[in-house]
Amino acid sequence: MATVIKVENVSKQYRLGNVGSGTMRDDLTRWWYRMQGKEDPLLKIGSTNDRSQKADSDYVWALKDINFEVQQGDVLGIIGRNGAGKSTLLKILSKTTAPTTGSVKVKGRIASLLEVGTGFHPELTGRENIYLNGAILGMRKHEITRKLDEIVDFAGVERYLDTPVKRYSSGMYVRLAFGVAAHLESEILIIDEVLAVGDAEFQKKCLGKMGEVSKGEGRTVLFVSHNMGAVATLCNEVIYMETGKVNKIGSASQIISDYINTGTKKSSEVYQENIKYKVECPYAFVNSIRVLSNGMCFDNYNLSEDIEIEMEFTVKHDDVAISASFHLLDNLGNCILATFNGPSATLNKDNFYGKKLKKGVYVTKATIPGNFLNDNSYKINAYLVPEDSSNMAIIEEAVEFTMVDTGAMRKEYTGSWIGQIRPKMLWETKYLG
Amino acid sequence: MHKATNTADIEQWTEIIEPKGRWFDLKLKEVWEYRDLIQIFIRRDVVSVYKQTILGPIWFFLGPLMTVFIYTFVFGTVAKIPTDNIPAPLFYLAGTTLWNYFSNCLSGASTTFTSNAHLFGKVYFPRLVAPISLILSNLVKLGVQFLVFLAFWAWYWYDGSITPNLYIAATPLLLLLMAGISLGTGIIISSYTTKYRDLSFFMPFAISILMYATPIIYPTSALPETYRLVAELNPIAHIIEAFRFAFTGGGSFSWWGLGYSTVFMVMSLLGGIVIFNKVERTFMDTV
Repeated sequence: MATVIKVENVSKQYRLGNVGSGTMRDDLTRWWYRMQGKEDPLLKIGSTNDRSQKADSDYVWALKDINFEVQQGDVLGIIGRNGAGKSTLLKILSKTTAPTTGSVKVKGRIASLLEVGTGFHPELTGRENIYLNGAILGMRKHEITRKLDEIVDFAGVERYLDTPVKRYSSGMYVRLAFGVAAHLESEILIIDEVLAVGDAEFQKKCLGKMGEVSKGEGRTVLFVSHNMGAVATLCNEVIYMETGKVNKIGSASQIISDYINTGTKKSSEVYQENIKYKVECPYAFVNSIRVLSNGMCFDNYNLSEDIEIEMEFTVKHDDVAISASFHLLDNLGNCILATFNGPSATLNKDNFYGKKLKKGVYVTKATIPGNFLNDNSYKINAYLVPEDSSNMAIIEEAVEFTMVDTGAMRKEYTGSWIGQIRPKMLWETKYLG
Repeated sequence: MHKATNTADIEQWTEIIEPKGRWFDLKLKEVWEYRDLIQIFIRRDVVSVYKQTILGPIWFFLGPLMTVFIYTFVFGTVAKIPTDNIPAPLFYLAGTTLWNYFSNCLSGASTTFTSNAHLFGKVYFPRLVAPISLILSNLVKLGVQFLVFLAFWAWYWYDGSITPNLYIAATPLLLLLMAGISLGTGIIISSYTTKYRDLSFFMPFAISILMYATPIIYPTSALPETYRLVAELNPIAHIIEAFRFAFTGGGSFSWWGLGYSTVFMVMSLLGGIVIFNKVERTFMDTV
């Protein structure tokens, strides 16, 4: 296997804030040093790219000392949280911007798909746009003509071929655009999250096409995505990026599980002083709320494993009956379920439910079974409910966590899995003759 | 992925992406490889403009006709500016046809980076493709407007009020000079407006000032002696004068003037491409 991409010490510096007289001053500084034959002094400053930290310098390193190699035929996944530098890396590889330092060596033609339908003109017809988009992506006219039928077939838009694309549905638009891209004859294909749009059937077709591209034709694919299912199915190698650096490189399954299990451990647990009550309860207060998997807090949880929502609270007076309740919200704030520790909501019997409690510290937890939630992020509203429910403690969006599909459930289906929940079911098919 | 690279294949890289490019690499070969894209861009620009209009390409004709009508009335009938004994409509049409081409190219090329930012930010192709195809698609529009001019011209020639001469053969050269100067200066301006936009506010004024500094609505011969020198320094003035002389016999034709325009074109093109290629590498960070 030959190395087709070699990234050596690539760094990219950006300036924060607005362009104005401040940037003019820096430009002059740079120019002055260059005239004297000295090194650019502004390259020595700049902080690592952590979005949440307040900046201590006007400059930030979106990428810092990136090194890796890609072999021919590899499908390399690039994963990482927002702001980890994935897109900047792709921009440099696709030559839309130059690195600040370092170099990238490439063998073969690169086609980049940082967006679907780049350059599509709304007034032009589907056919005209196939040529326009293909040529922008570096194809020659005769290549496009040769592949026209295949592209149209792949996109399934034959009927609309001579209609302006502004009349297309967004799905058709994406199909056409991806159709062109999938038929590029470049040795290296760079793809950035373009599969986020389009219906499930089409996504599957695209992913299939990508796999075909690399396995069948010896082509190399670089693929940035937040869809771990797709990354797990397609990629053999994965780069995990964090704050502008390469955190880990390795086999897809290994890196993905590392990615899921690392996190800042802030949002899935919250403690006393950081708990923000909407309403406080005069009889008790909450010490902590945590989301646990095998007794540990993470940001991301494997959706095939059980998780526990745990609340520790302190009762301030003797002889008050207090029950605990949780609401589970999806990323859009829809309530997926509501539960409390009373018998009508539990599988077992919670011995403290309805009892007058003694002063002291209690811990209560509800288990959400594995293979129940979908790959989505969720929030918990927590409640402590005394007998006079007008005095209940309300903590809205106390903790937040994400369920992630590691790819195990995606062997048969790679499209977007709709639905608020995704429980495994008892399924049976019978042969009736 | 972790295997050491064989030292033997170090020479085989087809491309090396680095912070800075070489200064005098004009990258024209790469532009040539993308000639199909240029062709498709031209088609896009020409076809898309008049889609969903009833009159369609007739608008290409109506524009210059209206301009000439207004000029003839305002500058000819009201202001009584001389026209070198050339019939006034033809005089204005000759000037505005060429001038429109020049000003469209210049203002278009000078916003290359800002108006194509969405495209340049997503995919790489030689950036020069954009201004070059703009210059060429304007040439198509010029061609249509030129037909209007030719119709008037043929009429006055038949009428006997003008004396065309063999310098007409120099027309392609004149167009080439126009195209080259507008491309060169346009991309220089575009390179300097990616980070600081101040210059782009000045452009509309600059273009209209330049128009009045060019013999469009008056002949060079009508200028007082003291201002002649200024007109001599304007590379566009020589081209317009030469064009009018070739087709009508009025005004003057100066090889020296055209020589000056040629030198101006070569300098602005070379300088423009060098600066443009330097800026294109990182303009996405500041645009």
